[in-house]
Amino acid sequence: MTAETANARRKRALDAMASMPASLLHELYNQNTAGAPGAIAVRGPEIGAIMLRGRIGGGGAPFNLGEASVTRATVRLESGELGHSIVLGRDADKARMVAHLDALRQLPDWVARVEKSIVEPALQHARDQAAIQAEETEATRVDFFTMVRGED
Amino acid sequence: MYVAVKGGEAAIANAHRLLADRRRGDRDVPALTLEQITGQLALAVDRVMAEGSLYDPDLAAMAVRQSRGDMIEAIFLLRAYRTTLARFGNSRPIDTAKMRIERRVSATYKDIPGGQLLGPTFDYTHRLIDPAMAGDAPVDEPLRRAREDERRAPRVTDILNDEGLIERDVLSDEEPGDLTRDPTAFPADRDVRLQALARGDEGFLLSLGYSTQRGYGRTHPFVGEIRIGLVDVEIDVPELGFAVSLGSVRVTECQMVSQFTGGSEEGAKFTRGYGLVFGQSERKAMAMSLVDRALRADEFDEQRLAPAQDEEFVLAHCDNVQATGFVEHLKLPHYVDFQAELDLLRTLNTAKATNDEMREAAE
Repeated sequence: MTAETANARRKRALDAMASMPASLLHELYNQNTAGAPGAIAVRGPEIGAIMLRGRIGGGGAPFNLGEASVTRATVRLESGELGHSIVLGRDADKARMVAHLDALRQLPDWVARVEKSIVEPALQHARDQAAIQAEETEATRVDFFTMVRGED
Repeated sequence: MYVAVKGGEAAIANAHRLLADRRRGDRDVPALTLEQITGQLALAVDRVMAEGSLYDPDLAAMAVRQSRGDMIEAIFLLRAYRTTLARFGNSRPIDTAKMRIERRVSATYKDIPGGQLLGPTFDYTHRLIDPAMAGDAPVDEPLRRAREDERRAPRVTDILNDEGLIERDVLSDEEPGDLTRDPTAFPADRDVRLQALARGDEGFLLSLGYSTQRGYGRTHPFVGEIRIGLVDVEIDVPELGFAVSLGSVRVTECQMVSQFTGGSEEGAKFTRGYGLVFGQSERKAMAMSLVDRALRADEFDEQRLAPAQDEEFVLAHCDNVQATGFVEHLKLPHYVDFQAELDLLRTLNTAKATNDEMREAAE
């Protein structure tokens, strides 16, 4: 695997885990990480903020819209792999779990397991939620019809 | 004579204890949970996040509860909290064209690609108090309709641009100004103005926007598009060497299409005002876009005559935390200041009386 695809897959996993509701992450993490190499805290979890930016007009120059609370963590495995996370909100456990899973993903024994039992369910959950929301919105679509008047 | 006075500690402590009691209300009634506030007073939470300038629904709900529903007090609490947070960085600009749309309407084009999606709107309700709100009757699940395909909903202003009839966005990655870090200097750039408006008071901006419609500032606006939904937030993480998503936030965007500008070599075209706000808040997004457009008077060689066009007036007064701080401080003890004014007044009157006496004596 090239470094580029490795990064793309790592990003995909981190993105998916960040979008997970904390309750689902807790559940899947507890089910699947028994016997995993432990995480040694390197930094955090620490709560802070990021400045969230928009673009003028939607597609122009950036401007500062306002801040959002975030939590980030960095952990290390005994064998040296570093795991990072940064997620919206103030959930230290979530940040720590995501960082741990990011580190575990770097172990050949663990990558498939993390992907299958955490990342895939997270993506599925996100797809399901998006589909429900989109279908509820779709039901409020305006179907215009034209009243034909006159002879022709 | 200056007399220092101390006191009031016991009164303050007891007042705060009384406040806590009144906040809690009747103990036989269950306390509000944060889930109830974020779930059932969601738009109050959204407003507190927008004007508190911190996206965090749970904290905003706590602030609403702590402030007994006083929105500006809640906004103040959230602002105070955000000052305690270290800033880890700046997000990449969110892409509203990729929004997972919950509502999207255009008042300018009936048949827009992606369609008109009403979403959870108060529009077209009768605005009559529903007796059911006094109880807890079961509520129907929303209807669902299958989507024919993954319909794309491009921003309406991008669609209009095919004909070149509307001002285009000029994409850049220039570093924006940040009014939370640097004092605002006038004239301010549009990026700083938008930051101020995004956290500005909804009521103040609504009234200013309204004033432009009534003739105080030249605009003849149309809602090109309002869209509400979730957007992903990404940030570059140096340790990783790439950007990751932190999750998604709900925002409301308004594209206001306004009067033409002509005379340029490109020909006459519509101009635009832009609104972008945390949460579901289209009134605020619309007001923001009206005021944004009014504040661009200089760009279009318009005379700045109305309050909404005066950026120093608007930017210096749209922040309700600043405004409430200065107005409400008047109720705090001013005994010494007032004593000084009283003394001055007495001295003036004594001097006048003496003068009058002297004049009488002279006559």
